[in-house]
Amino acid sequence: MNKVTRIEGRAVPVEGNDIDTDRIIPARYLKEITFTNMGKYPFYDERFDAEGKPKGHPFDLPPYQGASILFVNQNFGCGSSREHAPQSLLRWGIRAIIGESFAEIFAGNCTMLGIPTATVGQAEMQRLQGLAKENPGTPFVVDLEKKALLSGGKEHLKFEIHESKRNALVNGTWDSTGLLLANAGKTAEVARKLPYVNGFQPQG
Amino acid sequence: MAKGTLYNKVWDAHVVDQLPTGQTQLFIGLHLIHEVTSPQAFDMVAEKGLKVAYPNRTFATVDHIVPTKSQARPFQDHEAEQMMGAIEKNVKKFGIPFFDFKSGNQGIVHIIGPEMGLTQPGMTIACGDSHTSTHGAFGTLAFGIGTTQVRDVLATQCLGLDALKVRRVNVNGKLKPGVTAKDVTLTIIQKLGVKGGIGYAYEYGGSVFDAMTMEERMTVCNMAIEGGARAGYVNPDQTTFDYLKGRKYAPTADKWDKAVAYWKSVASDKDAVYDDVVDFNGGDIEPVVTWGITPDQSVGVNDRLPEIGRFPADEVKTVELAYRHMDLKPGAPIKGTPIDVAFIGSCTNGRLSDLREAAKVARGRKVAKTVRAFVVPGSQQVKAAAEKEGLDRIFTEAGFEWRAAGCSMCLAMNPDKLSGREISASSSNRNFIGRQGSKDGRTMLMSPAMVAAAAIEGKVADVRELMK
Ligand code: SF4
Repeated sequence: MNKVTRIEGRAVPVEGNDIDTDRIIPARYLKEITFTNMGKYPFYDERFDAEGKPKGHPFDLPPYQGASILFVNQNFGCGSSREHAPQSLLRWGIRAIIGESFAEIFAGNCTMLGIPTATVGQAEMQRLQGLAKENPGTPFVVDLEKKALLSGGKEHLKFEIHESKRNALVNGTWDSTGLLLANAGKTAEVARKLPYVNGFQPQG
Repeated sequence: MAKGTLYNKVWDAHVVDQLPTGQTQLFIGLHLIHEVTSPQAFDMVAEKGLKVAYPNRTFATVDHIVPTKSQARPFQDHEAEQMMGAIEKNVKKFGIPFFDFKSGNQGIVHIIGPEMGLTQPGMTIACGDSHTSTHGAFGTLAFGIGTTQVRDVLATQCLGLDALKVRRVNVNGKLKPGVTAKDVTLTIIQKLGVKGGIGYAYEYGGSVFDAMTMEERMTVCNMAIEGGARAGYVNPDQTTFDYLKGRKYAPTADKWDKAVAYWKSVASDKDAVYDDVVDFNGGDIEPVVTWGITPDQSVGVNDRLPEIGRFPADEVKTVELAYRHMDLKPGAPIKGTPIDVAFIGSCTNGRLSDLREAAKVARGRKVAKTVRAFVVPGSQQVKAAAEKEGLDRIFTEAGFEWRAAGCSMCLAMNPDKLSGREISASSSNRNFIGRQGSKDGRTMLMSPAMVAAAAIEGKVADVRELMK
């Protein structure tokens, strides 16, 4: 599987704490039984008015078209476990998210899709969002090996990323089915020992 | 590092292996699935040429998209019908038990698990829905997961997970009359914040929890996720065992004693060590109403809305957005805020005891003319039991609509929606912008009895004044 070690590109800032997954993707788009169209919907209700005209959300501004890194604030992705949220960001073009903090289910879902969720301090995020607003053309590199965000070729800023998530991404094991399946024998063994799986029978 | 807690014991008993990523591979004892987050997962399993590893540990129902007025097939909503068709096809193909309309056991996934006795102490549970934390009320470790993880559980009955810290949340003392489990959970979230639980499992305990029924414990654990905690639980005790006895999937009489012995063994030790402990006094808790767009933006029903200056600088933007969206003013009382819609239901408060509490308030009264009010039982079983007691008539005579079981206006994936700027009093769990189906719609969360009071008065009211 693909190793995710470096993501290069421009960054799009989406400001605000506690941006929940209902805001990232409204529930009505969860009725589709595939993820195929999800790229059309991220932040839909914040981007378009009742007539479907863009309201000037960063995802619609010309300088951010083609951006691959998302800058966010605290507790991004809180709320529902819907994977449609990271799917919609991924399919729009986001390959890495840097924020002040993330809701855990959301961050876990991102990892499963190969999207790193890295954290920096509040002051640093303000600076980064400011930079992306003033100079939307700034190229960034998210370097998961160095745990650093580079801009203009030089090291810019160290970030934190959960070690198990980083390992899964850089080693290309983020699509975990294979790893889990390799332990099918051990899984059966654990199941056999669990009293409730065993029908509360004495164990042999 | 926590030691000797239920979390530690249940986790350790389910460890399959340490993964090279540093995560732990955990066996999942019970996998619950529903129509919205499973179709893509089944497709991924099929694409990889895999099977469902433990179909007998997997159970399915439909809840999110089901209409609550007419459930005649095909559904009028073409997409909902397609989704229904997908789960019907998948459970058949993979041999998974399915609680559909015909079964009499259909309902919100977190309501039917406990109701059928599937949810038992000491289990690990996963479901593609964040409110899976509900099942923690039975002393389980229950995780909400995304669709790709649903695929993993289907294919391997396992999840790769990072270890959590454990915070003991004590609520001691005694609740005042008219104060409910919903007020307890909203108060905990208000004090610890929506991000307070990140990295933690919450162990709820203390005399208030000891005295709670299972349904009340479920209401609290349900909203652990709204406080940012990945899981929440209450240690199993006699109340838990009494609830389970005789339920369809509960251990039968010949195995009962062994089961209870196991269940007792997983409870936290008296000298268990926690990563953090917080204490609440149950007697201080008031009926709570949310005024904002996150579940921690709440006040006691007789309080005034907080001034913006009271919030830390990094919260101000969210608070300003909340006031703008809700069209409420700092310093104003929350009591008396007019409502347009009253919704009683959801996995937080759609159980029989919730409907009873609301019916007590509704009995012999009338819903205000300006309010559209409805009650959506959490499951077919809840609905049948409520009708047997005549709760449906109490509600309909008061002017509430009485509906069929489902998630309904908790997330509005069915025809039950707010329209435009409507503002609702809701017994559900999320007041996020757009949550109830209109992007401009507004939600105030409160207990089911408080929703009933608001429906009658046409505005936010203190339910205790109607109980006099
Ligand atoms: S009732 Fe609401 S929160 Fe609960 S499962 Fe349904 S949609 Fe989710």
